[in-house]
Amino acid sequence: MRVIFKTSYLQDIRLAKHGGHVFWYTLLLVTAIAAPLLVDTYWLNEVSRFLIFALAGLGLMIVTGYTGQVSLGHAAFLAVGAYAHTYFISHEMPFVISLLLAAFTSGCVGLVVAVPASRMTGLYLAIASLAFAIIIEDMTIHWESVTGGNRGMPVPPPSLFGYEIYSAVEFYYIVLAGVFLSTILVLNLLRAPFGRAMLAIRDSEISASSLGISVARTKITAFFISACITGLAGGLMAHYVQYLSPEIFGILLSIQLLLMIVVGGLGTVHGAFFGAFLVGLLESLISISKDYLPGAIGNQPGLEPGLFGLILVLFIIFEPEGVYGRWLKLRNFFENFPFYRRNTFKRQKTYLRTDRLK
Amino acid sequence: MTHLQVKNLSVNFGGLKALDDVSFSVAKNEVFSIVGPNGAGKSTIFNVISSFYKPSQGQIFFDAQDITATKPDEKAKLGITRTFQNIELFEHSSVLQNLLIGRSIHNRHPVYRQFIFDKTVRNSEIAHREAAEKVIDFLELAHYRDHLIANLPYGVRKKVELARALCAEPSLLLLDEPASGLNPEETEEVGHWIEDIRHDLGITVVMIEHDMSLVTEVSDRVLALSEGKVIAQGSAEEVQNNANVVSAYLGSA
Repeated sequence: MRVIFKTSYLQDIRLAKHGGHVFWYTLLLVTAIAAPLLVDTYWLNEVSRFLIFALAGLGLMIVTGYTGQVSLGHAAFLAVGAYAHTYFISHEMPFVISLLLAAFTSGCVGLVVAVPASRMTGLYLAIASLAFAIIIEDMTIHWESVTGGNRGMPVPPPSLFGYEIYSAVEFYYIVLAGVFLSTILVLNLLRAPFGRAMLAIRDSEISASSLGISVARTKITAFFISACITGLAGGLMAHYVQYLSPEIFGILLSIQLLLMIVVGGLGTVHGAFFGAFLVGLLESLISISKDYLPGAIGNQPGLEPGLFGLILVLFIIFEPEGVYGRWLKLRNFFENFPFYRRNTFKRQKTYLRTDRLK
Repeated sequence: MTHLQVKNLSVNFGGLKALDDVSFSVAKNEVFSIVGPNGAGKSTIFNVISSFYKPSQGQIFFDAQDITATKPDEKAKLGITRTFQNIELFEHSSVLQNLLIGRSIHNRHPVYRQFIFDKTVRNSEIAHREAAEKVIDFLELAHYRDHLIANLPYGVRKKVELARALCAEPSLLLLDEPASGLNPEETEEVGHWIEDIRHDLGITVVMIEHDMSLVTEVSDRVLALSEGKVIAQGSAEEVQNNANVVSAYLGSA
């Protein structure tokens, strides 16, 4: 059992709480930087995709995992980010500026949703966000001058300082840098007062507001940040898919994002990454196993969404805190052996509990 | 000097008159208790003061400023914090996190600065922790500092909620049944804290409480409510011996 002897307030504030954190996360970063040496191009592309999805999941995590507002429409922000970024770089805008502007555009679209959404809770919000996603999907089909409609639009390769990037390795490093920086920023936010305000609103709106937290403003800001991050992921995703068409950003993608953060563990940054990893792995496994399954099963059109749904249900029943929650339980069990207390992880029904005393 | 003044307050829920023309005032650094049978409208007064309910009639003044229409989250900034009858803590967070959330009004950094977490944000975080630590010392919560709320016994949760309200450094503290569900020793302890809060921190306390021994021990003045109406006001003894109060609790002969 690790006993931490605290001698300064900074120890509680630092991102890495003890030597173990420093060691493992440095190792993780070094492995990530060395990844192109370790795996071939196919798997490197898969890792890029995993990172992009993790980033999108991180965006959704802020709104759903931390602020407690369920969004069923986050694929729309991926779409806005992807289309905006492609539109900007097709019009000769520099890559990095275009990416940031696309994220900001997505955030602004998020604001349009967030202002009415801040008055809604639970199921109603989920349905409103779903409706919004459908509107954006329709827009990508019908706003042909910008999005190319059903024909879609090709995505020019990223170019940094006049140098065009085609290789998987260079693209991987761009994605890694984007994900790394965003994660650090989100971790900073979470240890700052705003991060605590989000948690407060998730657990009890009424006491949050009695302590001077403006519920509506915090929800709207959280939604804006979430949409920005997801939009950034969308911009990167455009380069991954290389050709945008409306059906990429359908309702299934929204559900997949939600699945990721639930499976990974709601309310944790780790959860976004674990979830993206598992869902990505699952997708690869399904497509590999299709070759070996009998045609009647392997060629079923609904195989993927069906399996996703099944897994989501199983997780909600058996491990509502996701993979990361399970990991914490295991660690806690061994650290405190033989004094493990089940109640430490007793589930409180809070993720949708927002409208008491109304 | 009058700190809080409630003037002709009425609240109607449809046909039900939860509060009917209630007026009272609380002086600075006073301990003021509100008693009454269940359903008398005690918690409704608190919910109107913290703007969770809108009054149908009447006004509330805080330091001579009309605060009837201000939003709930502005109340804390003015210096009014409260606890809840059914504890409303942030269950997934530790005690320290809860107390830090209590310091929300003392944070002035825009969100983008918090993203970068620069030196000023870092220093103010340290200052928040120092302030929270003072409250932890004051209420003897050091042992529980890093515990999750979900693991704490009921009595400690009540204490944490009080601590969280104190972290905001209010000038007026509203306590909704601070001793409900506590055993006699814990109740006595609550009495000592309320006196400390008044004497050492100079905070005015308005308290809803059923436990008459606690009310008698700490209150300067007591207000008795029944069916939304004020039936008696005065010292604890006067109120306890008031014929209206006796009949409200026991029925009239």
